[in-house]
Amino acid sequence: MKFTVVILGAPYSSAASYSAYRFCRALLEQGHQLARLFFYADGVHNGSALTCPPQDELDLQQAWRQLITKHQLDAVVCIAAALRRGVLDAAERDRYAKPADNLACEFNLSGLGQLIEACATCDRTVTFGA
Amino acid sequence: MSAIVCISRHSPYGSSLARDALDAVLAAAAFEQDIALLLMDEGVWQAYRHQQASAIEQKELGKNLSALAVFGVEKVYVHERSLTRRGLDRDSLSLNNVQLLNDEATRALLAQARQVLSF
Repeated sequence: MKFTVVILGAPYSSAASYSAYRFCRALLEQGHQLARLFFYADGVHNGSALTCPPQDELDLQQAWRQLITKHQLDAVVCIAAALRRGVLDAAERDRYAKPADNLACEFNLSGLGQLIEACATCDRTVTFGA
Repeated sequence: MSAIVCISRHSPYGSSLARDALDAVLAAAAFEQDIALLLMDEGVWQAYRHQQASAIEQKELGKNLSALAVFGVEKVYVHERSLTRRGLDRDSLSLNNVQLLNDEATRALLAQARQVLSF
């Protein structure tokens, strides 16, 4: 089955991101397809490359990045939600003349159309953090 | 029948989710998807008539809801029991083209949906 997974929760604030991560890992292990990860609302914070959790805790963003790389997943961070929350790639940093960018290279900033397109073409859309 | 049903279950200004849901519905309409919006639980407050968002420096969400029809979103539903539980009724709402759904109709709406977007 082909899934789209939507993540609305920031890492550490709620269980949404970790639950979504475990769900994605499980569905891939069972041979399902993951058409797209869509990080929306507070979920955009999962795309930050600057998080520094304590060393004896799970590094959730690192775990996401490894999963995305391992399975060559399409990981989209909603651009409008990201700009509001200060998650920027180099292009947006330049556009808004900000001092830094922080989007990890495994993620892409894009619009809500990516969510709708994935939703229209997959079998199931599963949301975490609503 | 709707290909995508968006369930919106959060109050209009307590978190960003109500507005995020509305943006997703508008995006679906822009991509010519058959989409329905279902307001449920605290989400029914989004359609409440007497919003004064400017007092908290926010844009009025109810106005965006009213504009949905302009963007081709014809199907806006309100879960009736969520409404009555909060002491509200149809007259409390800013939308006049909204359809109230009882539990059975709500179940049927979700059962026939090809995709459900939850907010």
